[in-house]
Amino acid sequence: MNKQELICINCPIGCHLEVTKTDQGLKVSGNQCKRGEIYAVNEITAPSRVLTSTVRVNSSFLRRLPVRTNKPIPKSMIFQAMEIIDKIVVNTPITIGDVITDNLMRTGVDLIASRSLSE
Amino acid sequence: MISYDIVVIGGGPAGLAAAIEARNYGVKKILVLERDKELGGILQQCIHNGFGLHIFKEELTGPEYAERFITELKSLKIDYKINTMVLTITKDKTIHAVNPKDGYMVIQAKAIVLAMGCRERTAGAISIPGTRPSGVFTAGTAQRYINVEGYMVGRRVVILGSGDIGLIMARRMTLEGAKVLCVVELMPFSGGLTRNIVQCLNDFDIPLYLSHTVTNIKGKDRVEGVTIARVDENRLPIPGTEIDYDCDTLLLSIGLIPENELTVKAGAQIDMRTNGPVVNESMETTISGVFACGNVVHVHDLVDFVTEESRRAGRSAAKYVQKKLVEDGNEFKIEALNGISYIIPQTVRIDNVDKSLDLYLRVRNVYDRVKLVIKADQETIKEINKRHMAPGEMEHIVLSKDLLQEKSFERLTIEVKEGI
Amino acid sequence: MYDIVIIGAGIAGSFIARELSRFKLKILIVDRQNDVGNETTEANSAIIHAGYDAMADQLKGKFNAPGNKMFDTICDELDVPFKRIGSLVLGFNEDDRKTIQNLYNNGLKNNVPDMRILEKDEILQMEPKLNEDVVCALYAPTAGIIGAWEFAIASVENAMDNGVELELETEVTGIEKENFGYRIYTNKGEKDTKYIINCAGVYADVINNMVTEPYFSITPRKGNYYVLDKGLDLVNHIIFLCPTDKGKGVIITPTVHGNILIGPDSEFVNDKDSTATDVSGLRYVKERALLSSKAIPFNKVIRTFAGLRAHSDRNDFIIEEAKGAKGFINVAGFESPGLSAIPAVAQYVVNIMQKLTGGLIYKDNFNPRRRKTVCFNLLSDEEKKDIIKKNPMYGNIICRCETVTEAEIVDAINRNCGARSVKAVKKRTRAGMGRCQGGFCSPRVMEILARELGKDWTDIPYDSTKSYILTEETKRNQQDNDSKMGG
Repeated sequence: MNKQELICINCPIGCHLEVTKTDQGLKVSGNQCKRGEIYAVNEITAPSRVLTSTVRVNSSFLRRLPVRTNKPIPKSMIFQAMEIIDKIVVNTPITIGDVITDNLMRTGVDLIASRSLSE
Repeated sequence: MISYDIVVIGGGPAGLAAAIEARNYGVKKILVLERDKELGGILQQCIHNGFGLHIFKEELTGPEYAERFITELKSLKIDYKINTMVLTITKDKTIHAVNPKDGYMVIQAKAIVLAMGCRERTAGAISIPGTRPSGVFTAGTAQRYINVEGYMVGRRVVILGSGDIGLIMARRMTLEGAKVLCVVELMPFSGGLTRNIVQCLNDFDIPLYLSHTVTNIKGKDRVEGVTIARVDENRLPIPGTEIDYDCDTLLLSIGLIPENELTVKAGAQIDMRTNGPVVNESMETTISGVFACGNVVHVHDLVDFVTEESRRAGRSAAKYVQKKLVEDGNEFKIEALNGISYIIPQTVRIDNVDKSLDLYLRVRNVYDRVKLVIKADQETIKEINKRHMAPGEMEHIVLSKDLLQEKSFERLTIEVKEGI
Repeated sequence: MYDIVIIGAGIAGSFIARELSRFKLKILIVDRQNDVGNETTEANSAIIHAGYDAMADQLKGKFNAPGNKMFDTICDELDVPFKRIGSLVLGFNEDDRKTIQNLYNNGLKNNVPDMRILEKDEILQMEPKLNEDVVCALYAPTAGIIGAWEFAIASVENAMDNGVELELETEVTGIEKENFGYRIYTNKGEKDTKYIINCAGVYADVINNMVTEPYFSITPRKGNYYVLDKGLDLVNHIIFLCPTDKGKGVIITPTVHGNILIGPDSEFVNDKDSTATDVSGLRYVKERALLSSKAIPFNKVIRTFAGLRAHSDRNDFIIEEAKGAKGFINVAGFESPGLSAIPAVAQYVVNIMQKLTGGLIYKDNFNPRRRKTVCFNLLSDEEKKDIIKKNPMYGNIICRCETVTEAEIVDAINRNCGARSVKAVKKRTRAGMGRCQGGFCSPRVMEILARELGKDWTDIPYDSTKSYILTEETKRNQQDNDSKMGG
């Protein structure tokens, strides 16, 4: 039997999940909701995370603008993404949700502003 | 003298939600006083995601969660003052505050909502032996330097305490190029959310040492290393288990303390278990018309619960101003018994309970498959089966008003019953 | 060429400099630390002893009680917090009663005024939180508490106002005798001087041995302390246990700022820089303190620290021209009651200098008063209102625990002997001294320091210039690229 244990990170309950490889595909148990099952399958086949960070901003009010990816990116690409984020400089005004960099590393995921900043 | 119906002290998630709710319940003259240079409180430095799952059914970052409330507050044209520090509150609800623009202000309120949040426990509080070099930071202070000010606080890091901020900072510093050597936790279980252990430690292969503590800090000018050791069941270091780490930074995530200096000075009763004010079903302190919500009452692990609690406080403050709050009538006390560290609220005036009563509690230990037994004066009125409970995760219990009204009683108790 | 170089800016060096600044002399103070009063001065009990326990035939006994008397005037001139709250030495049995009687008798010999031996009822009336097993106590109303590092800072500032120079992070590495006097070698170059006053604390023997044969030694005695939060109604006087061979025993005392200070233990150590706190010392302090009062809320501890006392093998102060080194004056072995004795000691040193030089000449324009500092927290509502109107920076509270304003911090940086580090701001204004220990205010203190000193944040140290707080900026891989956006 090919089993793997995971802790669901969708919500604070943190269900202890068990994923079993069967002929019919992956079987998930221990979850209390559908999201747990989706998480477990994704975590085994293509683990991904929302990445949050900051970028330099030319602002009289703040030195760094908080940003995040608008969707999860592959876990394996996180440090590569950080290298790109480290080089970004933005100018004000910024509205929350503004795309800072689109299609990050050709993943189809955008880096967006986590807050507005007028000056 | 300036006068307002409601003055909210603190413009973080608690204060914002309370002010907005009070306005939605028809109070016109509301003022929010915020000590920082902008509204939003500590959320502005919590740039990670995971906020808002309960309230908005989506995963937001701290600044995003804050901005939704700030936008609403502004659209409701609620008055607020930033850079404003409240110096004292009196029992008759006069507030003394200062800022550079308005100078020294005396503000008369009909009701006050306390929403000052909490502060971090420090190295001094736990008396870690050793030198006192630079490089020892509370996790929240490090978070501010890194996320808001844009400066790194170190390169090789040991983190003491597995509270959520510590776990979040382990990931954050790793992403910013630091080496996080380990997270050390005194207790045999983590105080943080499971998801944070998975996402912040396991993802980056950062070891978590449970039942360990830091026994020495070394370094004359800057931290040069720390010693950690395993602890016994009395949480005392076991000789011979020491491990030395070369590091330039020690981050502390060893707990949060509700910040109640104003509350104490005003004369409200403090619950020694929460370090926050004693509150009733309306989130009113023992001073009539002074309400409290959020981390100033008890430390929450999810901002969503802060919002819910603060809406209740804002609603109650509105009712108080409108003289709709029932001041007397039947009242009972709520007491934490076996296995429970505290319960909010501590007293209930049943007439002010709408349809149901929300109780928030924390357990003392990790429990699996237990019952929460709720008794009204000795008589069990409800039992709730619990698959899993941990001190790091606040429990929310809802009791229907009908259940509480069946007969009168003076004391409601909750305890953990093991072995089901 | 200096007339006098003072080595060490602790209590002794600082106040002696201030007293000598009355005269037409070119004086330099050097200290290896990045601030004055940064070693023993910042880590002691901060008590002005009444003077009953030092022997009358010792310098300690000779200078303590007279020094004590002079503090009211000096602290008024220098604007240093000082309160004569009185002390109690507690006795729990007949042996203690004998000790207390002996202390009383010795106090009479030292001319300590107004002492009384109290019995249980009166003691518990004065201090209801004390251990009820107390049977008697020596009450000395002239004992007081002081801001010890404020005293050193204020002394140096006033000395500088009157022309004295200060060089920090200047470590003496060697001293050569010259026909004009001495050439002092430091990490920051050479200093030529006619006279040297050695106030180097635990290093006084090392400095002495640079110019002459070793004839005394200084052994550091370490003491651990607890600091408790403000607002605890625990004791109103300085509470001593009966003295033992380990010193005056563990003290419980209010501080001038309203905290409670508990300590020290006493342990001889070899390392002259060993200010690490240790478990056994802290445990001893706790156990002994609980003998005085069982009501101590140790859950209200906000900080622990340890300091070193400079104990000489003469078991007394050494205040004299060194044997075999003309014009080189030792002020050594300056452990308790050094702080209490310093006003009298400084006069004694001035007299030594009078004799050596053949007479010092008073300056016409000596100003004994330091410009007063504003402590916003202690002002009345009306005063607060007025001062913010005059300077809006008083309306900007930086440290919320101690209610310290931006204006106070700016002033602390821009005075003579101004703050150059986060800790130096803390010592001068109390920003970061409170229950959150700088958690909230240290970024803002750093911002003000950087602005006022024209430095980058990363160049603002916690204490010494090596004690960096920040390593570098985040997002340091910044370079020209095409990712820019926005207006």
